[in-house]
Amino acid sequence: MKKIGAEILIDCLKEQGVDTVFGYPGGYVLDIYDALYRDGTINHVITAHEQGAAHAADGYARSTGKTGVVIATSGPGATNLVTGIATAFMDSVPLVAITGNVAINFLGRDSFQEIDITGVTIPVTKHNFIVKDVNDLADVVREAFRIANTGRKGPVLIDILKNVQQTTADYEPVPPASCARKPVPESAVKDAAAAIAASSRPLLMVGGGAIASEASQEVRALAEKLHAPVVSTLMGLGAFPASHPLFCGMMGMHGTATAAKLCLESDCLIAIGTRFSDRVALNRDKFAENKTVVQIDIDDAELNKNVAVDYAVLGDVKEAIRTLLPLLGEKDDAFAQKAAAYREQEKKNAKKPELGHEILIEAARLAPEDSVVTTDVGQHQMWTAQYYPVERPRSLCTSGGLGTMGYGFGAAIGAAIGTGKQVVFVTGDGSFNMNLNELSTAVTQNLPIVILLMNNRALGMVRQWQKLFYNRRFSQTVVNKRTDYVKFAESFGATGLRIEKESDIVPVLKEAFSKKSPVLVDCVISEDENVLPMIKPGHTYDTIITEWKEN
Amino acid sequence: MKQYTISALVANKSGVLTRVSSLFSRRGYNIDSLSVCTTEDPAISRMTIVLNGDDYILAQMMKQMDKLIDVIKIKHVETEAVYRELLLAKVRTDGATRSEVFELSQIFRAKIVDVSPEATILELTGKPVKLDGFVNMLRPYGLLELARTGVTAISRGLSCIKDEADYKEKI
Repeated sequence: MKKIGAEILIDCLKEQGVDTVFGYPGGYVLDIYDALYRDGTINHVITAHEQGAAHAADGYARSTGKTGVVIATSGPGATNLVTGIATAFMDSVPLVAITGNVAINFLGRDSFQEIDITGVTIPVTKHNFIVKDVNDLADVVREAFRIANTGRKGPVLIDILKNVQQTTADYEPVPPASCARKPVPESAVKDAAAAIAASSRPLLMVGGGAIASEASQEVRALAEKLHAPVVSTLMGLGAFPASHPLFCGMMGMHGTATAAKLCLESDCLIAIGTRFSDRVALNRDKFAENKTVVQIDIDDAELNKNVAVDYAVLGDVKEAIRTLLPLLGEKDDAFAQKAAAYREQEKKNAKKPELGHEILIEAARLAPEDSVVTTDVGQHQMWTAQYYPVERPRSLCTSGGLGTMGYGFGAAIGAAIGTGKQVVFVTGDGSFNMNLNELSTAVTQNLPIVILLMNNRALGMVRQWQKLFYNRRFSQTVVNKRTDYVKFAESFGATGLRIEKESDIVPVLKEAFSKKSPVLVDCVISEDENVLPMIKPGHTYDTIITEWKEN
Repeated sequence: MKQYTISALVANKSGVLTRVSSLFSRRGYNIDSLSVCTTEDPAISRMTIVLNGDDYILAQMMKQMDKLIDVIKIKHVETEAVYRELLLAKVRTDGATRSEVFELSQIFRAKIVDVSPEATILELTGKPVKLDGFVNMLRPYGLLELARTGVTAISRGLSCIKDEADYKEKI
């Protein structure tokens, strides 16, 4: 049948099962928005800013496992997406970003709102397209979804010229391409299996790849069969239930002391869908000392990239573990018992949690079980990783790779719309100020988002580094904004609440979770709450700092 | 630092060279030369890249390139393969030196493609080391301009780059 390009785009989105998109209209996507309007079956969520829309599509994708879709106009609309696309790229989130651009007879003339967005986004997309001929459009959209969802997932951008949106072409619907992962042959895991079988202290290290490949069950089966303790990267949190007796917390720069000890003592590390980022490995040359390392990853370029491993298994981690499991026998639980003892000891050594930590512990207890947590970036993000137990995959959305302050609000909106569940958005006053405009979106959409704003009137994480590495010269990190966040929330039509002391926590959180609409909780905490434990960048796990005396 | 040669089949589309070269610059790979041309299939181009680095950089570069959607096949070219490069050199010549330059070009089996009263253009094809030697010999006469294509390479025997295993098909 004959359709114009804008209609073909909408029909192709529907072919892929898209029912929700995030975006912001503008001059060079008018035809797309007109087609959306006339079609009327896709829910379009307009945000306050394109960056928020990109993060919302990302949060939607992370929390549901579906592909996030974001639409923006040319020029500034497109460039405003870039941080969101880069965030998704670094954390391997399937995203399709659609931008409009000037018509072909205006291309390359520095026309109004013209930008070479495919040029700009080459380093932060898996692939991108500029569509100059309407006859290419349908196949480009299909290919974009296929690329976003195959192999290591990631964002794809499609730039569609104005004339393409308006020109008529033939269109026939096509069912979506299969993105199924290939089985991993026994030959690929045989040597690794032998090494695991020969080890006496195996440790599972779970990364974001375990969530991307929906491998939670397999990871659990592997851990239980080997009686192997499990540690997780930030991106892996949720792949293995936090309440499971084998779980020993997050590892890396702000990981648990237990995780650090286990990493040092293990004789066989099984790394599942993780790239040994510098925030995890810290000292990449010494990280794998005195142990056999098995790395399973779907991205060939990640194998042996940061840490040289003994056994590299290429493939989908779910498929790889499925192939691996029958080759392994049960092990004794000596190392798991040791891990449990370490964990007990760490719990016993722990000081009374500070106010911010207590709020997170209580929020996890009081929030509905199926809630999704999103965070911004900084101290509050690490506290969330440490104190908010993540039980299920896809129930934590956080910017791990790019470390994008301002990510969490958009992500919260996307997660709330995608899952229909309660969202807990943990932020700090620094990050919150980056994209607080999205409170208007949350209110307009009446989304059940509880914002826990850890307000220390400072840029806490950077300030902490200034304490540690810059002799307490607090350059530009003690911001002392005078914003009254309760009034701010109210002015946007949200509920504003405040926690100032321990006795406020439970009543305020109970009230917040009873609303089922946007609630901002201004959590007034000390500027000297630190993130501990900490391993300094480039250092080894035995140098972990667990206690810190001010001054 | 070692030198490696990589051949790749890539989609013959606009922007592919940008994708490949921007990958090199953002990952800090140090390349000596890059040559591109179309192949027997007009939809496919062939790139030959000479890389300076070590085995780690070679492996990373090949894997990162292989991830690019427009890269179809990639191969590390073995040292015994056939390597060729084309050179055009403009040398200052006059009545006194012209015959010496002509003699040199005969030794190297270079072609004389243009002669004018004050300059001669020479063409030579061969392995890069042979071209280097030729350039060294020409230098004393006054090398006015030099154009080299960068090396291109092809494996000996029946083996073809298009028969290489494909990473994208394994996952």
